[in-house]
Amino acid sequence: MEGMKETVEESLREMRETFASGRTRSLKWRKAQIGAIYEMVKDNEDKICSALFQDLGKHSTEAFRDELGVVLRSATVAINSLDKWAVPKHSNLPLLFYPAKGKVISEPYGTVLVLSSWNFPISLSLDPLIGAIAAGNTVLLKSSELSPNASAFLAKTIPAYLDTKAIKVIEGGPDVATILLQHQWDKIFFTGSPKIGRIIMAAAAQHLTPVTLELGGKCPTIVDHHTISKNIKSVVKRIAGGKWGSCSGQACISVDYVLIEKSYASSLIDMLKPTIKSFFGENPKESGCLSRIATKQHVQRLSRLLNDPRVQASIVYGGSIDEEKLYVEPTILLDPPLDSEIMNEEIFGPILPIITVRDIQESIGIIKTKPKPLAIYAFTNDENLKTRILSETSSGSVTFNDVMIQYMCDALPFGGVGESGIGRYHGKYSFDCFSHEKAIMEGSLGMDLEARYPPWNNFKLTFIRLAFREAYFKLILLMLGLKR
Amino acid sequence: MAAKKMFGAADASILVTDLRRSFDGGVTRVTLKRISQTSIIGLTDSPTWSVSLLSMNVDDVICRDLYTTDPNTTSMQLFDKLIVVSLLRNSIKLALKQLKNWMAPEKAKTSLTTFPASAEIVSEPLGVVLVISAWNYPFLLSIDPVIGAISAGNAVVLKPSELAPASSALLAKLMEQYLDSSAVRVVEGAVTETTALLEQKWDKIFYTGSSKIGRVIMAAAAKHLTPVVLELGGKSPVVVDSDTDLKVTVRRIIAGKWGCNNGQACVSPDYILTTKEYAPKVIDAMKKELETFYGKNPMESKDMSRIVNSTHFDRLSKMLDEKEVSDKIVYGGEKDRENLKIAPTILLDVPLDSLIMSEEIFGPLLPILTLNNLEESFDVIRSRPKPLAAYMFTHNKKLKEKFVATVSAGGIVVNDIAVHLALHTLPFGGVGESGMGAYHGKFSFDAFSHKKAVLYRSLFGDSAVRYPPYSRGKLRLLKALVDSNIFDIFKVLLGLS
Repeated sequence: MEGMKETVEESLREMRETFASGRTRSLKWRKAQIGAIYEMVKDNEDKICSALFQDLGKHSTEAFRDELGVVLRSATVAINSLDKWAVPKHSNLPLLFYPAKGKVISEPYGTVLVLSSWNFPISLSLDPLIGAIAAGNTVLLKSSELSPNASAFLAKTIPAYLDTKAIKVIEGGPDVATILLQHQWDKIFFTGSPKIGRIIMAAAAQHLTPVTLELGGKCPTIVDHHTISKNIKSVVKRIAGGKWGSCSGQACISVDYVLIEKSYASSLIDMLKPTIKSFFGENPKESGCLSRIATKQHVQRLSRLLNDPRVQASIVYGGSIDEEKLYVEPTILLDPPLDSEIMNEEIFGPILPIITVRDIQESIGIIKTKPKPLAIYAFTNDENLKTRILSETSSGSVTFNDVMIQYMCDALPFGGVGESGIGRYHGKYSFDCFSHEKAIMEGSLGMDLEARYPPWNNFKLTFIRLAFREAYFKLILLMLGLKR
Repeated sequence: MAAKKMFGAADASILVTDLRRSFDGGVTRVTLKRISQTSIIGLTDSPTWSVSLLSMNVDDVICRDLYTTDPNTTSMQLFDKLIVVSLLRNSIKLALKQLKNWMAPEKAKTSLTTFPASAEIVSEPLGVVLVISAWNYPFLLSIDPVIGAISAGNAVVLKPSELAPASSALLAKLMEQYLDSSAVRVVEGAVTETTALLEQKWDKIFYTGSSKIGRVIMAAAAKHLTPVVLELGGKSPVVVDSDTDLKVTVRRIIAGKWGCNNGQACVSPDYILTTKEYAPKVIDAMKKELETFYGKNPMESKDMSRIVNSTHFDRLSKMLDEKEVSDKIVYGGEKDRENLKIAPTILLDVPLDSLIMSEEIFGPLLPILTLNNLEESFDVIRSRPKPLAAYMFTHNKKLKEKFVATVSAGGIVVNDIAVHLALHTLPFGGVGESGMGAYHGKFSFDAFSHKKAVLYRSLFGDSAVRYPPYSRGKLRLLKALVDSNIFDIFKVLLGLS
């Protein structure tokens, strides 16, 4: 570990030196680096897909859709928009201050730390990296040890494409993270669980380092059968895709559980079953289209959630587990108890509880008993319900009539609130996430107002009072001696 | 008066539960309610500059805390008080006028990948928030953030600083009297009470104070993943170029330093950097203007506020008495512990590792550091923690541009001091050691809001591309979608690719 500590310190020293040299401030440099990330992904598509398959059993199409495609798009948007993003924002100042000028400049924080996660190890590493570089920072990326092949790819390939004095990769687990967190960073970007998020923020507090924490939560999916029954097939497909189609439910924005009126639950289940079969065939384990669970520990965790006898009793589909093969079958539960563990922690796996309510309006009450999630999904055409959901619940985001896709909309900020996180990114929000908005005021030495300076008298005080109120007419009267 | 019951953990818990119930009940969300709360705080209709809704006691209270130790004195730091009232009035007026605009959802642009869809960003309150204020401008630094919290629709607890006890007591009394106490409360107290409050889960914490306590606040917030705004401080440097209008420069520095609570302000000019050659001129000009402002005997001047308490007095005293520093005084240096007064003091070329150059001065002492050439000042500033404000006086356009581009601080002001905090169109906040987050104007509303992303999708038209089983054709279409190349998409759909 001593060696690791020295490596970290040496890296920090070099990155700080590079930042101080001003090289990363150039928009040309930033675009070149982001362009290099684009090239790196394009040149190594096969290698990356292979690494993701080895780590998580991800099909290459899923890998492209959720990871490579995301990074390519993010890089393109950044390169095309950087000039616009970097323009100072002009601020209007009151007439009294004329001819002073005000503006806000986005400047890089300096040397930043990105801690990535294992479920989307490529996009959750490179997407924040693009933001950090776009904003002009030097960056250290720590990839997750739980996706070792993706991590190794990044550690080996990034130095071959990017400016190694400014952008570095370090591999390792909690012990490496601990060492990193002992040092001072100008910003920390973390993707992971709320539990670790607390540790990160507490460590950041020691240095007053601002943080962005992309955490998780139980993303509920309301199905208002009344108003969407005509399109129920689409709804079912989207829910199934949102649960099992992306890393087997191990995504921060995965559909965690469904809320539906009791009378419709069984028809929903009856439609989900064939949908699952259409996705993964008779034997999902062999389909090649269902991702694996990350590690044995994660399988054991999911196992434990299912082992609660009351939860076992609620299984209506699936339930089989193969720890050796890191496989958990797509599973559906009907009304597991609300106080069971599975209904009180983020599932992060291919198990879908369906919670029934008498009236769909009650689903809002249930959602409110839980911590604020990263996303709330609602399939409904009832405008009233939509308004209630928007105003009575709180979450990072709300998506109506679809799932997961808000991730692709880079005009929307992506981030949590409360337990689901602090801060946001994607698109321009990534640039802002890694920038300090510095206020600039340029005053004039020419026009000096006597009223600003002591010793005080009634005239000066009246002047100041009127000035603050921008009562320019009265000010003129005062100065002309026509006002007391 | 009955002995005050100690506010402990149980009280804090009950307080938060109460406020959460009020918040969940929706009382703070209604726009009309927010507007009425803000206008009540807003003492905006007074014909004279003294605050009319608050009783005349306010004037005495503010005096008593900071300006003199003799409560019978009517003469006071009129300027400071006027500034505070005016800033608050403007803050309230702006919130009242703009609230509906600020609350309106912001449309966001969707792209081909999410077609057909519409998207918007909705501002919603965070919930129950905690504002911890400071002692140097107790009314301003308490009420201004509270205005932001209320306009964003939150329930608020304010903990004013115990080091300004009269202001704290008055805030508690008036806010209870005028505002909806089911949603807005004041908790007075010191470390014990603050600790009890910090153990609770808040939806946001807004703190104004020192970097040292800022760390404590953030660490406490981390336990609940509570986002924070920390308005801290630092050593705000002033670079003075010989190519400037010296009289105006010096007057603005004096007004910004001694004219603002005798240096006890977060954006106070802390120290000056100038060339060896120019320094004597700067010092002479300062001496002259100081005399014009405060007379030959500043310790007697009624326009000078005192040091807040003996702890800070001793802290500043220690800085002045340090070896290698005490002999660098070129003006002032008089101290009166009984009346907690220190004269405006200028020092020349104190050692860089002295106490006075190692922490934020927050008092009426002004070191001047000289350099061989002015550009070195940039390196000096960059080698230190990032301050809340950095100032420069110059006519030289290129130098100014370099300063603005390369010096990092919360905010930068060229050719003036401190006025930027009166400008509601500029975000006011720090970076690094000087803090995180910003407020003032709409930035206050945003500071206390969650910006919720909302995507409206249609149930029609679903792309098989999204779902397993995966095929090469699906992959090609996805690639085309990612590049958002209409032509490619058509090619794939028509089976031509």
